[in-house]
Amino acid sequence: MSDYLIATLLIIGGLFIFVGSFGLLKLPDFYTRLHAPTKATTLGIGAVLMASVAATAARDGSFSVHEIVISLFLFITAPVSANMLAKAALHKKVPMRENTRNRELQKVMAEQKAPDGQ
Amino acid sequence: MLSSIVLQGAMMITTALVVLALLMNVWRMIIGPTVTDRILALDTLYINSIALIIMLGLYNGSALYFEGALLIAMLGFVSTAALCKYMLRGDIIE
Amino acid sequence: MAKVFNKLLPMPMHSLMLLIVWLLLNDFSVGHLVLGSFLAWLIPVLTFPYVDDQSKARKPVKIVVYFLRLVRDIIQSNIEVALRVMYPNRTLQPGIVAYPLSMKAEFPLTVLASSVSLTPGTVSVEFSDDRRWLYIHVLHLQDEQKLISEIRQRYEKPLREIFSC
Repeated sequence: MSDYLIATLLIIGGLFIFVGSFGLLKLPDFYTRLHAPTKATTLGIGAVLMASVAATAARDGSFSVHEIVISLFLFITAPVSANMLAKAALHKKVPMRENTRNRELQKVMAEQKAPDGQ
Repeated sequence: MLSSIVLQGAMMITTALVVLALLMNVWRMIIGPTVTDRILALDTLYINSIALIIMLGLYNGSALYFEGALLIAMLGFVSTAALCKYMLRGDIIE
Repeated sequence: MAKVFNKLLPMPMHSLMLLIVWLLLNDFSVGHLVLGSFLAWLIPVLTFPYVDDQSKARKPVKIVVYFLRLVRDIIQSNIEVALRVMYPNRTLQPGIVAYPLSMKAEFPLTVLASSVSLTPGTVSVEFSDDRRWLYIHVLHLQDEQKLISEIRQRYEKPLREIFSC
């Protein structure tokens, strides 16, 4: 029974990791690419780590916390690195896709002003 | 070692998916087009390699690999942060 | 007496957490208990002078509720984004939203920005200098006002209650 649970978790995790990296390859501009790997991948890793917890528990009957520490660490750091990457891209004036809504805000954003330029 | 056939199959599929993901990250790192894209690809590469290491740990039934995974997670975050800082300010330590 | 205690153990909660994490990461034994206790005492004493005074979280029950809701949102919207990535690129409508903030304290703002980044479809990019606006990049923007009111209801309101600011 526990085998099926572990197998499901593993495959879900693998699929999320795959979709995240696929998005990194396929999406049109840097800012949209930022979405796929920083999040889909984080959830994928979370699922694989949970599978690992379940496998260790099923094999040894003991509860391993290493995986939980790793996934907590990833969940805390993922938004920070995403934010830093977005800031760096803004600073380097990486262009946004043509049809982005409110595209004119990019300049104001880079200068950390309010939307009306104040 | 994991015995049941279901688990073996699931691990095979997941490892294949993760390896494909790693290849796509490398592809993005090669084609760029901007430096930030390459940093993002490197960051994703780090995270995906953690998954690969954990799969290896599951396969061998050893807890030793988790230390390595934890180290990669920390170093990956710090290096991404340092690279972004360098892009932003042209300097890492202020 | 209290002063001496404060000097010796400046951040008791941090020390306790360090000790617990140390014991969880290593196997439990008397040696690790001693070493962990020493580190849990030493690290806060060394780092205390560099700690900024941040707003404190006071409502433990609300924190748990917030955390659980966040986990639910992460899973649910991750599935949406995974599906969105699979659609062709030309159907994609990315956008920037300027979100008007209603709080100013640093730590709650960090938590808010991280929550927004973790729930997929949205990445917080930048604050305005006066901390009145948070710029968010959205993967697929359909209704700007709906997104703003959703973030306010789901994240900012509970955070303001938790940190009472």
